[in-house]
Amino acid sequence: MNADENPKRGDITLVTGVIGADTHIVGNRILSLGLEEAGFKVVSLGALTPADEFVKAAVETAADGIMVSSLYGQGELDCRGFRDLCIEAGLEGILLYIGGNLVVGKQDWDSVEKRYKDMGFDRAFPNGTRVEEVVETLDKDFAAGKKAGT
Amino acid sequence: MTTALLIDFGSTFTKLRAVDLEKGEIIGAGQGPSTVASDITGGLTKALSDLEGRIGPLPDFKHRLACSSAAGGLGMVTVGLVKELTAEAAKQAALGAGAKLTGTFSHGLTQGDIAEVEALAPDIILLAGGTDGGNSDVILENAEKLAAASVTCPVIVAGNREAADEAAGLLEAAGKPVTVTENVMPEFGTLNVEPARDAIRQVFIERIVHAKGIDRAEEMFDAVLMPTPAAVLEGARLLSEGLDNAPGLGPLVVIDVGGATTDVHSVATGEPTAEGVIPHGLPEPHLKRTVEGDLGMRINAPAIAEAVGMDTLAEATGLDVDGARKILDEITAAVDSLPETAAQKRFDQALAEAAVGIAVARHAGTVTIVQTVTGPVSMQTGKDLGSVATVIGTGGVLAHGTHPAASLARALADPAKPQSLRPKDPELRLDGDYLLFACGLLAGVEPEAALTLGLAHMHPVGGT
Repeated sequence: MNADENPKRGDITLVTGVIGADTHIVGNRILSLGLEEAGFKVVSLGALTPADEFVKAAVETAADGIMVSSLYGQGELDCRGFRDLCIEAGLEGILLYIGGNLVVGKQDWDSVEKRYKDMGFDRAFPNGTRVEEVVETLDKDFAAGKKAGT
Repeated sequence: MTTALLIDFGSTFTKLRAVDLEKGEIIGAGQGPSTVASDITGGLTKALSDLEGRIGPLPDFKHRLACSSAAGGLGMVTVGLVKELTAEAAKQAALGAGAKLTGTFSHGLTQGDIAEVEALAPDIILLAGGTDGGNSDVILENAEKLAAASVTCPVIVAGNREAADEAAGLLEAAGKPVTVTENVMPEFGTLNVEPARDAIRQVFIERIVHAKGIDRAEEMFDAVLMPTPAAVLEGARLLSEGLDNAPGLGPLVVIDVGGATTDVHSVATGEPTAEGVIPHGLPEPHLKRTVEGDLGMRINAPAIAEAVGMDTLAEATGLDVDGARKILDEITAAVDSLPETAAQKRFDQALAEAAVGIAVARHAGTVTIVQTVTGPVSMQTGKDLGSVATVIGTGGVLAHGTHPAASLARALADPAKPQSLRPKDPELRLDGDYLLFACGLLAGVEPEAALTLGLAHMHPVGGT
């Protein structure tokens, strides 16, 4: 797929970054480049990004989705209340994705996914997810009318 | 001899500097009262005759350029969306244009905010909000509210370009003079303050100078180019960057301790000087000005005393706390007073040292250690001024104080506070003849002469 087949992607702004005291930037960088290549507008915040900075960047850029990476196992702590922060900032309907090493050790993925969905994330992805799969899911979610609250 | 006359219409004095452009030397200085409130020509005429009394018959000046901080300076209100993003960028643009910021607002303006803006009666409002293609609702909403407000001042729109024309239209329809310029933050995390800064200066020249009655003396000079703090910043920029054929001083910091505020200007990239430090937050403007509205030698002397403690000031003055408090009360009651007794001079020195220390610490960036699973990481917020080569002091208390070197030394990095990224080993210089504003005014028309003049007159003080 390329951007021409999906002209609407150019109207979609996504904020990406690695949450918390997490310096693992490589996967997030690959994701950001892949999303840009697929035609999305990407606002890349990089590593070591506190939750509120994702939200502030999304407000200023009128983002449609926030893509949170967490690789160091502390995601559950860092992401607590993330959806509430968005609602507080007027981003009620914004699409929230999370991906990476979301928990410490080997745990049942379904339970991990459920935990993050309960926190208000629309989608959670395990480590090793390919960019193409994320892009396809984004297309599907935006086609289904999932749209940012701004 | 080709000459220029540089004028600073201040809030208390009208100051003149006559300069020989061929040699890049000062010929003489003159001073008169500030008479903007009645008729500005009065103070200027007195200053000119003072100058004539010192240097003889006045030459036919090639340039007669002025800057002004009279009649309250350039009062500005800035409005942005997120406090740390476009609202901060708008603030940087206004400060860099030499404005006196009287109000900064973020997000949607409330009725209370509008009432506050009306009460502040700014000379210019800078309206930002949203990156290009980003949020447009808030800037439009704010434009509508400002359009309905009773303010009549010019509005500069420097927000989301997709919404800028519509925002301008709303304001124009309500009869407000509007200028549209580039977004202060076109992309997330990109600072673009120069176009807004230029627009502010243009509006200042075209409208504010007239509104404040400064152009009543227009027969006596060519143009009022900018607010005085902008002239100082321009002078600092020229001295730092130099010209193609003449090197400047490199990254530098200028400190101006005044009666009501303390200004700090830095011309430096502010990039980390230590290895492995990760910059965090908005990129910093190369030319940065901060104004500490709570640090001043007279009106705000009590605030300095509160910040450092009366006992510290008393000790530095060699008095007991009651004695120091007495001096503090005296100078706060008479804000135009100059120190007379030895104790008053020592007290002023202590105040200046404290003001410099606090103001530079606030201007400089900081580094914090974040513990991660891979070990500690240093994150830098703001500018690292560690490698700044020159620190210049300007303004009355530094120029005429008893120990300018000791005051300026307070700007330096403190080994006990490694988190504060202040200059480590700069040369300390003093603008003893108050010429930085003149360099800034001349920089646009006679850059070589301006640079020669500035380099020759920023005198090194003390050891480094």
